[in-house]
Amino acid sequence: MQWEAVIGLEIHAQLSTQSKIFSASATSFGAEPNTQASLIDLGMPGTLPVLNAEAVRMAVKFGLAINAELGRTNVFARKNYFYPDLPKGYQTSQMDHPIVGKGYLDITLEDGTVKRVGITRAHLEEDAGKSLHEDFHGMTGIDLNRAGTPLLEIVSEPDLRSAKEAVAYVKAIHALVRYLGICDGNMAEGSLRCDCNVSVRPRGQAEFGTRAEIKNVNSFRFIEKAINHEIQRQIELIEDGGKVVQETRLYDPNKDETRSMRGKEEANDYRYFPCPDLLPVVLEDSFIEQVRGELPELPPQKRERFQSQFGLSAYDASVLSASREMADYFEAVQQVCGDAKLAANWVMGELSSLLNKEGLDIEQSPVSAAQLGGLIQRIQDNTISGKIAKMVFEALANGEGETADAIIEQKGLKQVTDTGAIEAMLDEVLAANAAQVEQYRASDEAKRAKMFGFFVGQAMKASKGKANPGQVNQLLKKKLEG
Amino acid sequence: MALERSDVEKIAHLARLGLGESEIPQTTETLNNILGLIDAMQAVNTDGIEPLAHPLETTQRLRADVVTEENHRDEYQAIAPAVENGLYLVPKVIE
Amino acid sequence: MHQLTLAEIARALAAKQFSAEELSRELLGRIRQLDPQLNSFITVTEEQALEQARAADARRASGENGALLGAPIAHKDLFCTRGVLTSCASKILTGFKAPYDATVVEKLAAAGTVTLGKLNMDEFAMGSANESSHYGPVKNPWDTSRVPGGSSGGSAAAVAARLIPAATGTDTGGSIRQPAALTNLTGLKPTYGRVSRWGMIAYASSLDQGGPIARTAEDCALLLGAMAGFDPKDSTSVDQPVDDYLAALNQPLTGLRIGLPKEYFGNGLDSRIAERVLAVVEELKKLGASVKDISLPNMKHAIPAYYVIAPAEASSNLSRFDGVRFGYRCENPQNLEDLYKRSRGEGFGAEVKRRIMVGTYALSAGYYDAYYLKAQKIRRLIKNDFLAAFGEVDLILGPTTPNPAWKLGEKANDPVSAYLEDIYTITANLAGIPGLSMPAGFVDGLPVGVQLLAPYFQEGRLLNVAHQYQQVSDWHTRTPTGF
Repeated sequence: MQWEAVIGLEIHAQLSTQSKIFSASATSFGAEPNTQASLIDLGMPGTLPVLNAEAVRMAVKFGLAINAELGRTNVFARKNYFYPDLPKGYQTSQMDHPIVGKGYLDITLEDGTVKRVGITRAHLEEDAGKSLHEDFHGMTGIDLNRAGTPLLEIVSEPDLRSAKEAVAYVKAIHALVRYLGICDGNMAEGSLRCDCNVSVRPRGQAEFGTRAEIKNVNSFRFIEKAINHEIQRQIELIEDGGKVVQETRLYDPNKDETRSMRGKEEANDYRYFPCPDLLPVVLEDSFIEQVRGELPELPPQKRERFQSQFGLSAYDASVLSASREMADYFEAVQQVCGDAKLAANWVMGELSSLLNKEGLDIEQSPVSAAQLGGLIQRIQDNTISGKIAKMVFEALANGEGETADAIIEQKGLKQVTDTGAIEAMLDEVLAANAAQVEQYRASDEAKRAKMFGFFVGQAMKASKGKANPGQVNQLLKKKLEG
Repeated sequence: MALERSDVEKIAHLARLGLGESEIPQTTETLNNILGLIDAMQAVNTDGIEPLAHPLETTQRLRADVVTEENHRDEYQAIAPAVENGLYLVPKVIE
Repeated sequence: MHQLTLAEIARALAAKQFSAEELSRELLGRIRQLDPQLNSFITVTEEQALEQARAADARRASGENGALLGAPIAHKDLFCTRGVLTSCASKILTGFKAPYDATVVEKLAAAGTVTLGKLNMDEFAMGSANESSHYGPVKNPWDTSRVPGGSSGGSAAAVAARLIPAATGTDTGGSIRQPAALTNLTGLKPTYGRVSRWGMIAYASSLDQGGPIARTAEDCALLLGAMAGFDPKDSTSVDQPVDDYLAALNQPLTGLRIGLPKEYFGNGLDSRIAERVLAVVEELKKLGASVKDISLPNMKHAIPAYYVIAPAEASSNLSRFDGVRFGYRCENPQNLEDLYKRSRGEGFGAEVKRRIMVGTYALSAGYYDAYYLKAQKIRRLIKNDFLAAFGEVDLILGPTTPNPAWKLGEKANDPVSAYLEDIYTITANLAGIPGLSMPAGFVDGLPVGVQLLAPYFQEGRLLNVAHQYQQVSDWHTRTPTGF
């Protein structure tokens, strides 16, 4: 039996507004418990919500970026249920009339193909607080700092067919919300949370199988593992004659398995109805156009432009446009040195290695775009060789100088390009290695090729790496030929 | 549509209202009386009528994204039934 | 001093006939002496009141002279008053000293009023008799074996007994107008959105409005002028300038077109009340108004619609009362479920629990369309009826209640019969239009009221008509014996 997985994702993105969606409390992460919980956030009797304009703006930005129909008149609805981290006993969300309707996102898969993933809708809602289950003598502690933080819930169509596709989609959403500046995407802090709906069906069957929902998976790695595990579990279950139950499950990364949460969920009747304390939100044409004007160049357009304007390969364009910060950095380097290919190579090569090694994001790069651009210019004008450039790069990273020039000066790394000086140096090298020179002249082509490296090495040593390699090669060859 | 005892128990559970054994029959009867009153609505023809959620059909005003709330935790928690280290305490929730 | 209206008090204070402190002392004494018969106060804030009175006197001494400066009032106990018990007459708010002031409370304090205490009410504003309070029923000063009406029963009883000249109330289905009618007072429910709901603990969010209860239209105008106004903290608050209600009082009624809905005068109405209503109409005609018959064809569907919408909204609004962050928590909760169920089961009274359950049912899966959505459609029909009627007339007039005050306990076990008493008042809340009740005479020695309804934001018109009627009648000046 050939099986096909069908996956849909619900992603909750915490919007990076200054204040909460319905109250003017701060949204910053990590504050002391309940120090960012106002009367409204605590659900005190008599309090009322007032909607944050920036949350609306951010949602509209997202909607435009995914080419979605917008909910021109959108309505907040109450989702009623009891839980201690939900102070009002209801969550203010959007049900029948969300702010963003149907849209799509094109994602690039590992093999380079592009897949269009449908997005059903995205709506605004308020986040709940946090439960701390560490022992307070058998009690649970509730922190409502997070209660009321604005969330954008993004619901995909069940268009994904593998865990890898799912991860590619989440990564694309992650990059997009960061590109738009509406969410910092920090999964470890809970800024981006993912619920995965997974089902399987026999290949070729039109009907979907029963799906299970894996809640709150908080890293790309876990998303892939959780989905793969769940697909296996469901296939095995069905092949053993069982039936998949529609339920909520939790992924346990320690055991690499999903567990049913059936006991907690039950059949929850949320009794949605329009929130009577809030009025319908109307999006005017002028507002939408204003937001559209504020949209930055988005990843697909940037990828295109990097290829057409800079002649980069599709792959390179993809890597460099993966994040706004990366793309901006690359372009800044290109601006300084005027050579996109060199800039690309250095950013994707030396710089990325450095960042990976140090565990840094590009925004924290110890080498600025201006510095790197300046360094590349010195390669272009032959002041230093590519090899020396790597040394200068390291020195810049260690803060040994403000600019490439300063370091080159300070360490005396200027490349020697004076033909006379190089010839003189080579003559000395050959004189010091007379026996090898004789051997070389006595050998055939193949053996000569092998020995040539030795002389190059000696030359570079003698010049402390400063001799221009190209010239060394050329002159050395001439001299060895005799 | 008359409510049975089991319906009343379900509703009370959804609303997290603890009903005593003795309360249930009386409550069931009274609720059925009220529903009898409400069922009169079904006779009204409302075809093509849009529901009215807010009496004055205005739209939502937006608030500028500025933090103006300050920390008043001590004051707000002075009236709480159970608090420790700044956290509200409830019986342990089992996930 | 207790016989004086707010307007008279304003003049007397300005003329330095007595101080705000003296006035408050006298009323606090009356409350101590007489309120045990009525049970209209839940909390009397004696010390704070005297402090506020002294502060008002100081403001007056420094040259201020607002009409409400030093005026003694009290607030229905669902307006949050900082540091003072705000109970909604419920056990579930035991010990709840509000951490902030309602906008209405702030505005009235800024105008210089002196708050003598918090007034009894039906629990969470659900009721028409003030018999469901955790703090015991309120008695009608006109006959202490009878109900004062509800849910603002405490507000009405205290003002009717001259314990205070005026009070704030709230009206969701008639809870200002109906008790005003049963206690010979003038009470006004403003247009939805006219008065801020910030700090006004919610029953049914799309129906609730705060308003004044006093002995005269003039006093209501004074109080409303200070209560009304746009509040950015309330999304449903309307940004519309507040009219000069006092200036509106003296408009002549020539040319006023009054509509009498034929549906009002059906079987359920006590014929003697009908007589009183028609007598009022005659007086208004003498003052220059014309009268015609109109129709509000969907009126009879209002009660079922209201008793779906209000409980539905309430069932959600009251979910926050869970014993976690404030208020009553049951003893030794065994687990979370137990905490919720016993705190709420023990903390809420029977009527509140009933309405929460009706509301929960009406919103539940499978019933939403037949109940909640249907009710909202009927709501639109009712609003349309009023829009059509106000195309032909300026004011709609009728009885406030079908019967005068009934005996305590008479309807306590039959909530539906109490619901039917709301027939005249409920439509104004569903449509959001303003309504006023004014004294119109007596039946069997018990006061009855006439209700006036006007288009959106025409509170001035209502106060104007009531004031003009009160210039040619004296029902509103009568006092209950013993008070």
